[in-house]
Amino acid sequence: MSQTILSWSMVFAQVCLVAAMALAALRMSRGPRAQDRVLALDTLYVNSMLLLMVFGIRTGKVIYFEASLVIGMLGFVATVALAKFLMRGEVIE
Amino acid sequence: MSTIEHAGDLPDWAALAVSFFLVIGAGLTLIGTIGFVRLPTFYERIHAPTLGTSWGTGGIVMASMIFFTVLSTRPVVHEILIGIFVTVTTPVTLMLLARATLHRDRAEGNPGVPAEEPVEAGNREGAATRAD
Repeated sequence: MSQTILSWSMVFAQVCLVAAMALAALRMSRGPRAQDRVLALDTLYVNSMLLLMVFGIRTGKVIYFEASLVIGMLGFVATVALAKFLMRGEVIE
Repeated sequence: MSTIEHAGDLPDWAALAVSFFLVIGAGLTLIGTIGFVRLPTFYERIHAPTLGTSWGTGGIVMASMIFFTVLSTRPVVHEILIGIFVTVTTPVTLMLLARATLHRDRAEGNPGVPAEEPVEAGNREGAATRAD
């Protein structure tokens, strides 16, 4: 019984995260200005990181954890660089 | 619906706890992203995805920690790296983004943005003391 609940809650979590990624992509394609698109990219990164962690629980492998750590770091650096670009017009002065 | 094969010897309480934290985390992430699509202005929208970076990440990290700790019968805490990393970096990026947006709005003269405070030259310390 609890195994069924566990597998269905994993399906629910994956569906929720994929729907959240789709909504973030919608905002990124529609978003009125550049800062909306940057924030949508940041949200997309976080959601894909969480989705990979749920994949890791589902398959029981540690490699997904490392992949999600790398995605989190790349998302941080990308968002900081894009915010700097929006502020100054160039990334490295 | 097929069950998860490698979780066969997971006790009931652990399976229920993992399910609870997974549903909480993923549901709150989805709610935050719905808010991100629906809210009208950027300064309201920037609050919504932080639901996913606070309780969304916390819930899924907690579920992963419980799952692997109970399955391997020894403490597995390396997921907490992701939790700490996301908790530390999200305010930094969002502050930078909000400041960049405020700068752009002021430069374009958009309405509804607080004006820049006038700072007299050489009187910064006095202004700071008055603000306190």
